[in-house]
Amino acid sequence: MNVARQNRLNSLAAHGALILYTVIALFPVFVIVINSFKTRKAIFREPLALPDAESFSLIGYETVLKQGDFFLYFQNSMIVTVGSLFFILLFGAMAAFALAEYRFKGNTLMGLYLALGIMIPIRIGTVAILEMMVQTGLVNTLWALILVYTAQGLPLAVFILSEFMRQVSDDLKNAGRIDGLSEYRIFFRLVLPLVRPAMATVAVFNMIPIWNDLWFPLILAPSEEVKTLTLGSQVFIGQFVTDWNAVLSALSLAILPVMALYVVFSRQLIRGITSGAVK
Amino acid sequence: MPEQQTKAKFRWHIVVFLAPAVMVYTAVMIYPLFNTLRLSLFTEVDQSRVFVGLENFRTLFGNTLWSTQFWNALGNNFWFFLVHMLVQNPIGVALAAILSHPKLRFAGFYRSAIFIPTILSFVIVGFAWKLILSPIWGIAPGLLDAVGLKSLYAPWLGKEAYALTTLSLVSVWQFVGIPMMLIYAALLSIPDEILEAAEVDGVTGFAAFWKIKLPLILPSIGIISILTFVANFNAFDLIYAAQGALAGPDFSTDILGTFMYRTFFGFQLQLGDPHMGSTIASAMFAIILIGVCLYLFGIQSRMRRYQF
Repeated sequence: MNVARQNRLNSLAAHGALILYTVIALFPVFVIVINSFKTRKAIFREPLALPDAESFSLIGYETVLKQGDFFLYFQNSMIVTVGSLFFILLFGAMAAFALAEYRFKGNTLMGLYLALGIMIPIRIGTVAILEMMVQTGLVNTLWALILVYTAQGLPLAVFILSEFMRQVSDDLKNAGRIDGLSEYRIFFRLVLPLVRPAMATVAVFNMIPIWNDLWFPLILAPSEEVKTLTLGSQVFIGQFVTDWNAVLSALSLAILPVMALYVVFSRQLIRGITSGAVK
Repeated sequence: MPEQQTKAKFRWHIVVFLAPAVMVYTAVMIYPLFNTLRLSLFTEVDQSRVFVGLENFRTLFGNTLWSTQFWNALGNNFWFFLVHMLVQNPIGVALAAILSHPKLRFAGFYRSAIFIPTILSFVIVGFAWKLILSPIWGIAPGLLDAVGLKSLYAPWLGKEAYALTTLSLVSVWQFVGIPMMLIYAALLSIPDEILEAAEVDGVTGFAAFWKIKLPLILPSIGIISILTFVANFNAFDLIYAAQGALAGPDFSTDILGTFMYRTFFGFQLQLGDPHMGSTIASAMFAIILIGVCLYLFGIQSRMRRYQF
């Protein structure tokens, strides 16, 4: 009986701590979003109140949609993120398979070479990257960003995926070889489907930094037609800094797509983590 | 016989599998990295590049105009990192430990909710906190007033003494989800047999966490620490979004990333200088390299890896 009570107390404390932290985590987002639907007066008078019939206003959103090209920014961000993820996963999985599956001269060395980039941030090379992009005419194109993010994501992708690929049973692959499958087919048909959870994890961990990056869009692609959503909202907010309605609405609009993405991929992430744990 | 076969046939598929990744990685990451290190040995005279050896480094460390800025940025960066290590990672571990309790209800909800700040961009986070902490809007003073601590309020982001710590804590708020998720995954991967064996021996609850789980997740904590180190020492976005490239007030939030950006790109009256930018980038590279080596040879090699 004592144990049961102890357990209930423990679980109460656990929920208390978690609820507290959840409130801390969500409070700023909540405040920004509710205030974006209010009149300027109401924003300042009662910042914590929900918008009601009197204080409801969409003036901020009107300004944002009139002044900023958020659909274009969104599209650019989408192209860059999806494109980079595609190349990271494809190239990363191929290289990981080569390192995990075959014994060849220089295997370890190649693994170490590719792993260097896990610890060394690509930003260190920005000066030379910009110079290269200017020389190749890629500056102010989305390709510049896709290339940089692919290079940035590959090392960790190769590392994680090769760990997982080592666990794929040799019997399965050898059975495939006996059946006459080529090495390429073994990779695409047998191994890739088995490491899907790991691929999802890699995708999720890369997606967030790519979508949110401000540094490379600012340096490599600052012109209007290739602005990403992150850079676009940064510039917009900088210009409208005294228009609180517009700033709050722009922030809410920037939150929206990431939240939508998150709802879609959070299940993938958790599945990736748990299947990694259960093996 | 098998040996002959491998000698006779060159395995082209290995090259095909490796080539795309190695090429992109080499061309866009490794080559520019070394090229940046090389550029730090040059300077521009009359629109042409001139080799000057270590002159740029002498300017960076010897010229007080540069060196005070550099040491200021480096010191701020260390403080930024320290706050993350002391606040973000312990909270992350604690949350993961609570979440990993097998009978906890709504664990999925908590986990998803606490991870939300991590997915937001620095721009959103920087501005949102700037607004919330702003004395004009009055949310922060209002909230403090509600718990009777109004006297504690100060416009933190505008005060030299507090701005950096405030921004570090904002960054902690944003990224606590990452250590939480990684530790959570590590905790789940501890086999039940070990915990059951401990339970049979009477080790449960807190004792089980300290004596059994924590030692088993130490490698993960090590990895998180080095990830935090690297991320902090090339941080830029949050400071830039919240305080601009001048990292105000009076450079009190300047870290290496913003310092390099200002130098490389120029800002207001200062002209951009790619060669000094490369010099700062090289210094950052050295710092990160030292940190990573300390981790690899000092910490990781001493840790035992548990195989389940």
